[in-house]
Formats: sequence, structure tokens, C-alpha cells
Amino acid sequence: MDLREKLEEIKQKSLKNIQKAQDPNTINDIRVELLGKKGAITEVLRGMRDLTPEERPKVGSFANSIRDELNQAISKRNEMLEIDRTAKKLEKETIDVTLPGVPVNAGQPHILMQVIDKIEKLFLGMGYEIVDGPEVEEDHYNFEMLNLPKDHPARDMQDTFYITQQILMRTQTSPVQARTMEVHDFSKGPLKMISPGKVYRRDTDDATHSHQFHQVEGLVIDKHITMADLKGTLELVAKTLFGKEREIRMRPSYFPFTEPSAEVDVSCFKCGGEGCAVCKQSGWIEVLGAGMVHPNVLKMAGIDADIYGGFAFGLGPDRFAMLKYGVDDIREFYLNDIRFLRQFSQKG
Amino acid sequence: MKVSTKWLNEYVPVIDLDRSVLAEKIARTAVEVDDDYRLDEGLKKVVVGHVLSMEPHPDSDHLNICQVDVGEAEPYQIVCGAPNINSNMNVIVALPNSWIGNHTKIKKSKMRGIVSMGMICSLQELGFSDSVVPKKYADGIYILPSDAVPGQTIFSYLGMDENIIDIDITPNRADLLSMRGVANEIGAIYNHNVKLPHPVISETTEDEINNYLTKVSAPANLAPTYMMRIIKDVKIKESPLWLQARLWNAGIRPLNNVVDVTNYILLDYGQPLHSFDYNKMGSKQIIVRLANEGEELVTLDGEKRLLKDTDIVVTNGDKPVALAGVMGGLNTEIDSNSTLIALESAVFNPSKIRKTSRRENLHSEASMRFERGINVATVGEALDAAAQMIAELGDGQVVANAIKVNEISTNDRIVEITTTKINATLGTNLTENVIKDIFERLGFGVQLESGTFKVAVPVRRWDIEVAADLIEEVARLYGYDNLPTTLPTGPTTPGHYTDKQRLIRQTCALMESAGLSQAISYGLTTKAKAQRFTLEKAKTTELDFPMSTEHTTVRMNLVSGLLDDIAYNAAHKNNDVALYEQGRVFFRDDQNDRPREVEHLAGAITGLFNQATWHDSKTVVDFYLTKGIVDYLFKELGLENVKYVATNAHEEMHPGRTADIYIGGELVGFIGEVHPNILKEYHLGKTYVFELDLQKLIDMDKKEQIYQPISKYPKVTRDIAMAVDKSISNAAIIDCIKQNGGKYLTDVTLFDVYEGEHVAKSVKSLAYKLIFNNPEATLKDAEVTEAFNEVVEELKKKFKIAIR
Repeated sequence: MDLREKLEEIKQKSLKNIQKAQDPNTINDIRVELLGKKGAITEVLRGMRDLTPEERPKVGSFANSIRDELNQAISKRNEMLEIDRTAKKLEKETIDVTLPGVPVNAGQPHILMQVIDKIEKLFLGMGYEIVDGPEVEEDHYNFEMLNLPKDHPARDMQDTFYITQQILMRTQTSPVQARTMEVHDFSKGPLKMISPGKVYRRDTDDATHSHQFHQVEGLVIDKHITMADLKGTLELVAKTLFGKEREIRMRPSYFPFTEPSAEVDVSCFKCGGEGCAVCKQSGWIEVLGAGMVHPNVLKMAGIDADIYGGFAFGLGPDRFAMLKYGVDDIREFYLNDIRFLRQFSQKG
Repeated sequence: MKVSTKWLNEYVPVIDLDRSVLAEKIARTAVEVDDDYRLDEGLKKVVVGHVLSMEPHPDSDHLNICQVDVGEAEPYQIVCGAPNINSNMNVIVALPNSWIGNHTKIKKSKMRGIVSMGMICSLQELGFSDSVVPKKYADGIYILPSDAVPGQTIFSYLGMDENIIDIDITPNRADLLSMRGVANEIGAIYNHNVKLPHPVISETTEDEINNYLTKVSAPANLAPTYMMRIIKDVKIKESPLWLQARLWNAGIRPLNNVVDVTNYILLDYGQPLHSFDYNKMGSKQIIVRLANEGEELVTLDGEKRLLKDTDIVVTNGDKPVALAGVMGGLNTEIDSNSTLIALESAVFNPSKIRKTSRRENLHSEASMRFERGINVATVGEALDAAAQMIAELGDGQVVANAIKVNEISTNDRIVEITTTKINATLGTNLTENVIKDIFERLGFGVQLESGTFKVAVPVRRWDIEVAADLIEEVARLYGYDNLPTTLPTGPTTPGHYTDKQRLIRQTCALMESAGLSQAISYGLTTKAKAQRFTLEKAKTTELDFPMSTEHTTVRMNLVSGLLDDIAYNAAHKNNDVALYEQGRVFFRDDQNDRPREVEHLAGAITGLFNQATWHDSKTVVDFYLTKGIVDYLFKELGLENVKYVATNAHEEMHPGRTADIYIGGELVGFIGEVHPNILKEYHLGKTYVFELDLQKLIDMDKKEQIYQPISKYPKVTRDIAMAVDKSISNAAIIDCIKQNGGKYLTDVTLFDVYEGEHVAKSVKSLAYKLIFNNPEATLKDAEVTEAFNEVVEELKKKFKIAIR
């Protein structure tokens, strides 16, 4: 058997052993056995000195190729075993992915604040400022500056918690209008504001009445403001809060501080106007009151009613939330049952 | 106001209009419509019956067996239990298989063995409200006039065969509190002519009012106009059925021919009238004046009223006989023996009427109209119409002449408006003709002079005073739907939150991310709860006339409200609750009635903060968890130099587990465990709360945010564990470490606290991690050791610590 045959034989045998090897140690042993200083191939190559000078390089390169081949086989086998081993290891690490995740216990903003936030963002985007006013208010701003002198029958529309004859819990956010108009500098531009906040009425609490609720007052005063502008603005409010498909309609109404005045209905978001229980079969839901600011109100605030005019509106986040989310008892908003508060966690 | 469409049709043609279309038109053009309905809706086969004969039921002590002519060949046998049934009377019969009120079907039946072919009905059984059924028939069946024809349907007799539109009138449109006012409105909406009848009065020439009244006086400030007529020889009886039907369709109970006429005229003209029994007046004088303080009057409802000197009374010169414009006196009531009627038609001072009716909680049809206004042009006409009608229905005579005190102007009011102004306000392009047409439809006089309308508004529309009122008339009759839809143009304005508004909203978001849900509690609470947990000494602000004992005082803290919320949750078995509230509290001082309003933030946490899961153990709420939330807030808001100072000064708080919070030396709030006494009152377990003056936090200087280069060199940590006397606070130790740790000490954290076994009772074991770093070079071990030893020495010296 010449050297070539020997090498060939070693190769065949070793390849088999490599394929059979199941762990890196065995493979290492094979490698040492073959390619180490005392390995089989090294041993064979020692026999090279018996060869003719012509044969030597040929056998040499043959031996090298076999060594490379075996080296390759070894590292390939090693890789395969590594993959195998990793796979086995990972398999052992398998978990039940259906076990529950660790809860993130974030708190929720109150649903009324979410509604107010939506309204605020809409109007900030249209260049309105947000103005806050006192909750304990003067009769002067709550009524008189709004064209509601003492003994005006329209005062019956709002039962009032008085503290003294002159001081009361505000019944509406409209007094913020009066306060803001009084101080606004029109040389610096038009007045565009909304005023969200708590209001109070002398009412007995039940499912549909609360002695405390929220309002968002809106007011725009400038030189060329029209009732058509009011209509467009309110349409935007309706679409933002109740959905893109909503339409509005206005009906004549009466507020002492606006003239003309309107009650505003939005097309029913439940049935789309077909008629259902939510809209009492009418297809429309009354959502807010609005109108063109009464010239008396402008005059009382020191604004020239011949030059300036504008619109005002008032809407009720409590009512909005009740309609939109189907809350059937207004008291839920103020009892703060955690099961109620946590329901409204959906963002967007 | 319940509007009878048949009555309306006498003034303006509406009967051919679809009822829902008419109602919709009113709602979209004038005022809200509460309801539109027919009284005979769903009712069937109810007819006039004539009781031919009647015999007692053999097996009953109250039932009668009646033979009733219902217009058919044979009489029907009907068993009836009404106490006022009798033979020879006309009654309401529900035939077999008829439908009566309340969706009830009447069938042929047997009553205690006797066949009954239907039922003899009361008005209530047809669906009438108790409040409109004449007293006489309240407990029995209704008896129809003798000329009613058996077999004919009952609905036209009782006025049930018409549409009623119930309109909800806004305070400015009191002109619609009359049929004539509604007719004018409908005429304007539909552009139809309105034809209103006017009374023709026939007076007796033989008698004169001065024979009855020698003195009638009324100050013009109380009664801008006051008129009176006398009708004599009147027979008091039931009103004709058509009149009764008009009243009950409008929601008014028929009484007798005199009172019914005054109510009928009230509905027709909107003019309240009052009828006195002249013979009970006791004098020939009518003096209208303010009541004397403490004077008494028993009103028609039987209530004794203690009068005030702001009430207007009608007197006989001595005693009050009516609370003017609100309700008559019982002492001059019309009764079945009355023959001589003194009839009053007047206008009374609205604010005085309002004051009286509110104080006495007496809101009558009359007072409502006087408060909101009436058509001053028809005070006399209404009086004449009523007098004539009383005379006709009571077989009496109107005595010659009326007495009239004080004259009120009935001239049209001229209001000017330009087309430009109208279009500029509405955003429209209406032509002069369109506008003119609208004014004319409303029955206003119109003169157009170079672009300016001079509109003559009749006094029946007293709500129209200024140009804006005319714009509304144009807008609503043109149709709100027809207005264009635009958005305001003009200079752009920046829309943004103020710093305060932004910080308030960010604070809320921080609380939520820390795990607290937002609560909105009541701003009004009890006086006791208002005064607890306060950060400032201040006066309470209390309601003058609260509605409930639970809500009498404006809150001065937020914690009380949160405890109410937590108690509500606990009562509903929600034991783990973490809430915060952001809102105002109200502090009042001696000098002011109105309190200062301060933005506060408060939190209240109880039970478990985190439930045990398969993954983690539970977290029970405690002081430090709560403090962590507050710390987080301060850090995120950029507030530094925060100090927690133990305090036992808050009565409502646990004396050993409460701290006042100072920032930069200023008191901003407190935090701690609620006192067990308070918790017991609320039936709560351990609850931790904090209340912060948010306004102060907003106003405080915030840390400048400047980029800190990240050190390229490694940090070195050293731990120190020590035993120290329990009285030494963590804050004192940290201060000491920081002061002595040298310039490379960058952070100190407490990582272990231990008390109990293996340490002496008076001692606690604390362990801190000190972190050193030099941003410019690698720290040498010797440098760190030196600094660390300095700290240890100082701690030993200052606090006598023992290194463990």
C-alpha cells in the first residue's frame, strides 16, 4: 500500500468517525489523532522521505488536500453540533407564552377630562386661548354682565346656589366671557377663547341631574364674525367629538346674552339619523347652545357693538360623555368608582 | 302651552297641515315642541250612550245593571259601578271590542254573572289627567249634555278629535302663551293671513259701574294699567262642553262658567283676569297697594299667606282680597251663589309678581304671564270679551262702562336695522325684498329709507327691543338651515396653553403615569369635611340655602373628597384604590365674601398598589410608596431642595407618620397616613394621602436643564453599613455623607434598613452605596479610600455610628 492509499484510507475512516462524533471532545480527539504532532497524517507524511524527489511534492500536495478536507469536515461537524446543542438548549428554555404579562399599572385620566382635552386641542389648533375663571363668582359677572338683571325671568332657567346676595357658585362658564371681554385689548387682535370648568346648579342629584357639572364656554369677538362662522365652528366640534359623518342643525332658542340664539342638534351618532332610542326616534340629539353675542353684553364690557361682534357657545362635557359612551347616570362622574374610572383607558 | 289646532284654525288655517310637519316647522322656526299628540289616539268605538233604565245588581251592593241606548235597534245591557250613574242621563260608553285609555281593550264580559256589553266610562278611563277632570266628576263617570246623540262617537263631543301641539316657551317668547300669539306666529311662518275676532260688548243701559264702585285706585308703579267691569244677574253653572273641552285640552280644570271664561280668555289673549264675588267684597272700593308687613290672606288654594311689604295686594280699601297677579283670595271666591261679578283685567309689576310667586312657591298661569310680560294692547279687549262671554253663559248683564286706572302706551316700537348689518351678522346676502317680506309676514310695519329699515313692532311682540332682535327674526324665518357654513377669517391668533395650564395638565399626566387615576369629586361638601386637611388657616365659604346637608360648604382641601371616593369604593368592595385629584380649593378671609381659589393636587391610596401575580408579589401601600410618587412628581417638574419634615400638627393625620413638605424652605404640602379616627369614620383601612399647593409648585423656580457630559471614566462604588441610634434620620446621614464625601462623590443611595433581631433595640442598621467618579480621569483607589474614610470618621463623630 503506498502512501496515497494510506492517506485515502485514513481519510475515509476519519470522515466516518467525524460524522459519528456527537460532542466537541470526540471531534477534538479525532483532530488530534489525525492532525496532531503524533497524528496519523503526520505519521504518514513522515514516510515521505522514502519517496523519490519527483513523487514527494505530488504526495505532499495530496496529503495537504486531505488534511484541508478533514479540517473542513471537522469544523463543519463542529458547527452542526453547535447548532444542535443550541437548539436543544433553547428547547429546554421554552416557556408558556400564554401566561399573562406583567401588568403596567398606569392611572387613567377622568373621562370628562378626556372629553375636555379633545375640545381644548381642537380649539387650540384654531388659535383659541384657554381662559380660566373663578368658580365662586359674583352675581355681576354670572348674570348682570350677561344681560340678566336681577328679577329677569330667564334667571329661572338656572337655579342658583347663593353664598351672599352678590356672591354665588357660578351656574355657567359664561361669566368668564364677561371677564375676558372686559380686559381684552382688541388692538392686539381678535378675542378667541374657550373656558372649560365646573359649574353648579341648585338641583337634586339623580340620574340626569347633578348639582355639579362641567361646561365649556366658547367666544369669538372680532370685526367680521357671522352666524355662518358659528355654524361652521360648531359643525367642526360635532365632527371632532362625534365622528366625521355628523351633521348639525340649529333651532331658535333663547339665551339672554346672545341674539340670535340657537339650540344645536347633532345628527344621531348611534343610528346616523334613522331614529333610535338614543335620539328618541328624532334622528337628532341636542348637544349645545349658541348664538351671536348680544350687543348689550358687548356694551357692558366696554366694546363698541357697532364695530365688533361675535359668537358664543356653551357645551356640556358631562352630556357629551353620557351620549357618546352611553353612561346612563350622571352621578357616576363624581362618585369615582375605580371600576368606572378604569373603563375609559383607550387613547386616541 | 298646549295649543289646540282646531282653535288655532279659527284664526289661521292650519287644519289641513300634517301635524308632524306643523310641529317640526314650529320647532325649527320658533320654539321647542315638547309633544304633539291627539287625545283620541289609539281609542276606538267609544260613543254617546243614553241610560234608559237602571236596576241594582242582585249580587252586589254597588253595581247597577243599566239598559243603555247606544244608537242601535236594541239597548245594550251594561253593568256599571259608578256612584253618580242614573237613568235618563247621557254617558260615555265603551262598546264591546273598543279601546279606551292606557291601551286597554274593553270586551263583552260578565260581571258577577250578569252580561255587560262594554263599559260606562269616566274621563280618566279615556286617558284624561286627574288634574283636568272637573271636580264634580272626579270620582265617577262623566255626564254628557242632554242633547248628545246616542251612538255618535264621543271624541268630537269631548274635544278629543284634534291635534294638540305642546310648545315649550323660552322666557322671551311669552307672546306665545296665548292662542292669538301663536296664531300670529304661525301666520308668519306660513305666510298666511291671521283673522282674529274682536268682541262686541252689549251693556245694559240701566245700570252703571259707578253704582258699584265708588273708588278704584292703583299706583302706576304697581299696576301700569288696571281695569274693571261688573257683570250682574249671573247664574253660576257648568260651562258648555265645548268650553270645558278647550280648557282641559289646554291642561286647565273646568270649574264654573265664570272662572272658566276667565281661563278661556287667559288662553286666548294671554291676559290673566280675576273674578271677584262682588257681594263678598264688603265695600265699594278697590285699592291696589303693597301689603303691610305681616298682613294675612288666605288664597284660593286654602293656604294662609303671610304677606311682605313687597307683595302687591288688591284690597277692598281695608283688607286684601287677592294677591295681585298671583292668586285670588278665598274670601271673595266665586261660588254657586254668586250673582254679581267684579272682573279685573290689569298689568302688574313683573318683578314684584316674580318676587312674590317665588317666595310663596306659587307659580300660577297668571303669575307666569305677568312675570314674562303680556300684550298690553289687549288688556281692555280681553276684559270686554270676558265680560260679554260671562253675561252670555251666565244669563246676566254687563253693567255699563268699565273703570280704567292708569294708561299704558300701546304704540308700536320703532326699531332700525340695515340690510348690511343683517347680512354682516348672519353671513348672508339677503336682498331688501327678502328682509321686507319677513318683517311683513310678522305683521311689523316696514319703512325703507336709503338702506335702513324702520320697523314698527307692535306691542304684542314686546321681546323685540333692539336691532339684534330683528336679526333673529330674519334669521329664524329665513331658516337657520339656510345660513351658509363658514369659519372665522381674520388675523390669525396663536393658540396655546399658558404655562400654568400646561403645568397643571402635565402634573395630571405624571400622576397617571405613577399609577393614580384621576377623580373629580364634589366641590361642595360638609362644613366639617371642608375644614379638614387644610394647608392654610381660612374662613369657610358656605351656601346661603343649600339643597342637601352633604353639600353646604365650598371645599378647602381635596383629600376629604378623595376619602369620600375611597369610602364609596370600599362600600362597593373595591379595596385597592389609588386616586388623585387636581382642582381648586377655596380660602376666604375676613374682609371678603368671595374666597381665594387655589389650584391644589392631592392623592389618596389604599389597599394594594400592585396585586400579587404569578410573576410578582403584591405591593402594599405605605408611606414610602406614596412618598415615591410625590418625589417622582417633584423630580419630573424640576423641583429641587425638597425636604420632608416629620410633623404631628395635622389633627387628621397619624402623628408619627406624617411629614410636611418644604421646597426651598417653603411649605408646599403634607404627606402621610390618615389618622385612625378619621379612617374609622369612613370605614377605611390604612390610607395614605398627600395634598400639595399646586399653585406654589407652578410658581417656583425650576431646575435649568443643562447637558451633563457623560463621564468616560469608570465609577467606583463603596458600601457602608452602620448601626446608628433610631432617632437619627436618614436625611441627616445623607447630608453628612454628601458634605464629607469630597468632590468626586456623585451619588449616595440607601439600600438597606434593618431593625430587630441581631441589632440592639435602640439601634437601626442602615446601608448606603456611595458612588465616586472623576469625569476627567480614572479615580485612584487611594483617592476613593481617602474620601470614604473621611465620611466614616465624620459619621462616627457626629452620629456615633458603629460600622458593621
